[in-house]
Amino acid sequence: MKLSKILKNGFLIVVACLALSACATSKKSTGQMQGDVYTGTDTVEYLASGVPDRVFFATNESVLTTASRETLRKQAAWLRKNSKITVVLEGHADERGTREYNLALGERRANAAKDYLMTYGISSDRISVLSYGKERPVDSGSNPLAWSKNRRSVTVKAN
Amino acid sequence: MKNFLVTLIIILIPVKSFGLIEVDITRGNLDPLPIAVSPLSIDDESRKKFKDILKKNNIGSEISSIVENNLKVSGLFNPLNKDAFLQEPDIANLKPRFEDWNLIKAQALITGKVSYVEEKLRVEFRLWDVLAGKEMMALAFTTVPNNWRRVGHIITDKVYERLTGEKGYFDTRIIYVAEEGPKTQRVKKLAIMDQDGANNKFLTLGNELVLTPRFNPTSQLVTYLSYFRNLPRVYLLDIETGTQEVVGDFPGMTFAPRFSPDGKKIIMSFAKDGNSEIYTMDLENRIVEKITNHPSIDTSPSYSPDGKFISFNSDRSGYQQIYVMKSDGSNVKRISFGKGIYGTPVWSPRGDLIAFTKLHKGKFYIGVMRIDGSGERLLTENFYQEAPSWSPNGRVLIFYRETKTDSKGKGFSAKLWSIDLTGYNERQVPTPTDGSDPSWSSLLSN
Repeated sequence: MKLSKILKNGFLIVVACLALSACATSKKSTGQMQGDVYTGTDTVEYLASGVPDRVFFATNESVLTTASRETLRKQAAWLRKNSKITVVLEGHADERGTREYNLALGERRANAAKDYLMTYGISSDRISVLSYGKERPVDSGSNPLAWSKNRRSVTVKAN
Repeated sequence: MKNFLVTLIIILIPVKSFGLIEVDITRGNLDPLPIAVSPLSIDDESRKKFKDILKKNNIGSEISSIVENNLKVSGLFNPLNKDAFLQEPDIANLKPRFEDWNLIKAQALITGKVSYVEEKLRVEFRLWDVLAGKEMMALAFTTVPNNWRRVGHIITDKVYERLTGEKGYFDTRIIYVAEEGPKTQRVKKLAIMDQDGANNKFLTLGNELVLTPRFNPTSQLVTYLSYFRNLPRVYLLDIETGTQEVVGDFPGMTFAPRFSPDGKKIIMSFAKDGNSEIYTMDLENRIVEKITNHPSIDTSPSYSPDGKFISFNSDRSGYQQIYVMKSDGSNVKRISFGKGIYGTPVWSPRGDLIAFTKLHKGKFYIGVMRIDGSGERLLTENFYQEAPSWSPNGRVLIFYRETKTDSKGKGFSAKLWSIDLTGYNERQVPTPTDGSDPSWSSLLSN
């Protein structure tokens, strides 16, 4: 159901692109989300080659998507190889929520990432968690794409 | 707040109940009471003295301007244009010619006198019922000259109380978060100001992120969240001395602090392993108690004025809703059942209502409901607004509102707003910079 909807939207975009011939902007604002989870790479930085630093969440959710789990497995492998590195997981929320709830939600998201890293053998004393709630968006826009980029947990080297 | 001491001397005991004027504050007032605020009269010698001390040409007019502005902003009064006044201030204060004031449709009249007495500021004022041709109230007080703005606020409080039958909220302050800079790198400082936006002072430098300041019942202490050394923790700040300390020794983030109504405890959330629970810490013996126990997010606690209950925000039903429990954590009951999600419950100082933020279909609302969740009433709708805080008399709410930002990040602002419980009289509260997270103090003079 959902997939067919997405495909349909994708198809419409392609048609629109053909019609307009120059469609860089419309492509950017539509092709980077699945459901409301960000799937693009605009804001992503890399801890090492092939190791993205962040994972994204659906609205109000702290469940890790398939893509997020893949990213975190890469982070875990990198952390196992570099056993002296410690990290801070910074949890964030979008602006569409109350400040206090979003602080809790950011903490919950960062912990979801932490738990997953731990199941791949990373010791909890190498990981600390810090929630910024909605205080530090990467994209300051007030639109669904910006919000999807801001719902994130970012793994930051601490040493 | 020792230096706020204002000696109040009642020179007449006139409070007779035959006044005809009454202002109903329980409904939206579309017909504000016409009131004439005659400039407080001042003799030449006092005027010169205060000009030297306060750098104000006529302190009598300055004080009456404060009264006038307060009355206007309350939405309940319509202060009349001074150009129409026929009687000189000094004579009006002795004995108003009621026909003259009646002619310009004033129903109430405030007159008064300022003088310099032994290095102090002495103010007397009278409130007159123009239609009945009677004096309703006469008061005088003496204070240090620097308190002149507060004198204006105290006069307004007395007039408001006499005419509405309820305590005022003008001699109060607001603590809030002053904001500047781009949305992605916002610099935030604690700031405090008078209720009308005057006397703004920054209390922190902006080196670390600060959020959600709240006053204790005497308005001397503030509890807030600071990211000092990148560790988000609840702090306690003494406004007079500037001393700060961390509240409790929690191995993780503490946030969403508030005082208990007796000021003895701080209630807050503590987040650990993806779970936020509500805790209290006794400020005297430092004993920490865990109040909630549920694997969901429990936050934004607020005590009932008698301290017996706590309302809070939880997503234990799947989405954020408002709950009420006994102050020991027992008898948890969900009270919000409307459409949408609910947050930031704040118990009214009168005890009968809970104000909240609601998000429904992409819009944010400030509303109120009874403490059992019935009688939900939405006061204002916007793109984004949250965090109501009550005026000490429970008649006005202050909150903050953010504007929508375009895809390039332009158009962003955060401002403080107030609205009456009736849903009328929505106004922006002036701040020198952007502002958020306002908290209203108690009445400073009682």
